[in-house]
Order: sequence, then structure tokens, then C-alpha cells
Amino acid sequence: MTPALAKPTTDDVWRWLEDVPDPEIPVVSVVDLGIIRNVEWRDDTLIVTVTPTYSGCPATAVIAMEVEEAIRRRGVDAVRIETQISPAWTTDWITDAAKEKLKAYGIAPPKGASCAGMLTAPAEIECPRCGSTDTSEISRFGSTPCKASWRCNACLEPFDYFKSF
Amino acid sequence: MAGDTDKLVRDLALRMGDNALILGQRVSAWCGHAPVLEEDIALANVALDLIGQTKLWLGLAADLGAGANADDVAFLRDARAFRNSLLVEQPNGDYGATLMRQFLFDAWHYPMLNGLKDSADARVAEIAEKSAKEAAYHLERSSDFVVRLGDGSDESRARMQDALDALYPFAGELTTPDETDDALAAAGLAPDLNALGEHYDAYLDRVLSEATLTAPEGAVRKGGKAGLHTEEMGHILADMQWLQRAYPGATW
Ligand SMILES: [Zn+2]
Repeated sequence: MTPALAKPTTDDVWRWLEDVPDPEIPVVSVVDLGIIRNVEWRDDTLIVTVTPTYSGCPATAVIAMEVEEAIRRRGVDAVRIETQISPAWTTDWITDAAKEKLKAYGIAPPKGASCAGMLTAPAEIECPRCGSTDTSEISRFGSTPCKASWRCNACLEPFDYFKSF
Repeated sequence: MAGDTDKLVRDLALRMGDNALILGQRVSAWCGHAPVLEEDIALANVALDLIGQTKLWLGLAADLGAGANADDVAFLRDARAFRNSLLVEQPNGDYGATLMRQFLFDAWHYPMLNGLKDSADARVAEIAEKSAKEAAYHLERSSDFVVRLGDGSDESRARMQDALDALYPFAGELTTPDETDDALAAAGLAPDLNALGEHYDAYLDRVLSEATLTAPEGAVRKGGKAGLHTEEMGHILADMQWLQRAYPGATW
């Protein structure tokens, strides 16, 4: 008989999830992005609460699958993923360390605090390649729901901006 | 009574969900066909947001007895059971018509969602909070385009004015309350549409005058909220529902 595994603490689980990459921007983890809202034991079931970034984001289902898989891999079978939409996800929850990782990856991190209904484009976005702030918006929408398309007028390269949301 | 409230919330969820679903279905037809790449991406994102919101609204409607789940509510109802406004079912037309339809919708959708954030029903308030952030981006984009193309070349201006003439009569349905809207407002479940309508008209005035466009006079064309749709609706549903109708329960 194999002895039952000791129940991992929620801190253990948070550490595991720090290794689960976002499927679309793999340099940051699901914890970095603030998508994991809660980890708790409810009786003998581990409940992980996730929140979608955008309500139609196709990555949401993949993230739930990868989170579940990462936990099962450590021997916890009684795991359930729950979805919570309120409070609504905001880019304010992205950690500072993750913003640096985004920049190194070539994506300008969200600038300033988000504010629903803020109907003006951000003033100065720094080019993640050359650091110039002489940049302009091409489109408020980009390759994934969370990004906008920008261009740098100094180095002439286009880049993604992780828009404040 | 709880039963009455549930029925009102279900009606509200169907109206919000059906508007998002039918417009999302319309807009997604542009994928791969928009005039420039950036617009193709923008429209796909707008459609995706709307379909995502549809899942939330129709999921709530399903919980309140409208069907087994959001998919069944979307794919197994007939035209008469849909509660979307006539505006969103209007054809895509040229790019000007698509943008004008989006603008007339977004200018209502964003303040409506903001009002619903204060709904007495927590489930409604949560969905509204999530969706309003997305709708803010939609409204900004569509307003911007209406001004750029309206106050643009002779041709772009003429096309935007044609689009406004054709679509404006359908816009009034969004802000004209019926009995259900009045009951929703009285119960604190949804904002008062009369007040929202004043805000809507003022916003349209401001953007359209900047775009050098003039809204036509004439009667409001409505019926969608009561399930009385234009002939377009049958075509949309034939396209959207045929797979679930032909192969019930199909998954992949
Ligand atoms: Zn640069």
C-alpha cells in the first residue's frame, strides 16, 4: 500500500502555478498576470478560482486545462477549477516583475492605472526595443484581445502594447 | 415576489445576450474580408468580446429557465424567441454601414452596461462590470471612425450618410422602453431607458455633428424586443444554427 500523499498547502499550490505559463505570452505565468484569484481546500477538494482577462478570450479554457493539469501532475486528483468574473480582471493586477518580463519579450507593458470608461489613448508608450517614447498607435486592437498595435517612430519597428484595461 | 424577479432578470439577460450574439455573428462575417488588416483584427476582437458576453448573459438566462445551457439557448430557439433589437440584425452592407451599425449600438451598449453595474441583481451587475470595460473600447473605436469617415472624402461622407439614413430608424428601439423595460427599471434591475435615451441622443448629436452627418427624421422601427423581427433574422439563424439543428448534440 502506498501511503496517501500529504495534503499540499495552498502556498505550495501557488508556487506550482507560478510555473504555469500564459498560453499566448509564455514568458509570464498565470499568477504573474493576476488570473488566479484564489486557492483553497474545500473539504478534500482543491478549488482554484480563475478569472478571464476578456470575456471572449480563447485562452481562458486552455488556462483552466493547464492549471488543472499542473496540479494533477503533483498527485492531487481532487481538484476543481471555478470561474469568477467579479471583481473584473484588470491589468493593475499584473505584477511589476511580470511587466519587466513583458518588456524584455518585446511587448510594451500596460501604462498607468486602468479605468473602465477611460476613453483616451495613453500619452506616452515606450518602445520595448529602443526605449524611445516617440511612438504612435496603429490600432486599439491587436493580435490577442489584451494587446493593441503600436509603432516606434525612432527605430521604425511595430510592436505590441499590452493595453491598460 | 422572487418568481417575478427571476422572470424579469431572464428577460433582461435574453435581451442583452441576443443583442450581443446577433451583432457578434454579423461582425464575425467580416473575418478575412475587412478592407485593411488592422480593421480585420479589430472587428474579430469586437466580435469575440460580444460572443464572450453572450455566453455570460445566455448562461444566466439558462440558469433562470430559458434552456439547458447557453449553447442551447443560442442554437435551439426560433426567430420569434429572440429578443435582440432590429438594429443588430441589419445586414453588414459596405464597411460604412457596418461601422455605423456598430456606432449606433455601442453608444447605447456602453452606458446601458454602466447602468446595469448598479442592478439590484448581483449576477447582472457582475456581467455588466466585466462587459462594460470591453464596450468602452468598442465605443471609442466606432465613434472615432464615424468622425474620420464622415468628415472625410466626398465618397466616405456620402457612404456614412447613406448608412445613417438607413440605420438610424432602427436605433430608437434601444432606448424606447416597453412594459418589460419599465418593470425592470421600477425593480431597480436595470437603468431607466428614458434617462439613458436623453444621454444617447446627446452623445449622437455631438459625434454626428463632428462627423458632419445629419440624422434623418422619421418613425422608430421596432419589434425585435417582442420577437417580431425583419426577414434578415431567418437568414442569420439558418447560417448560425444549421449545424446544431442538423446534428443535434454534435460536439468536436
Ligand atoms: Zn523603437
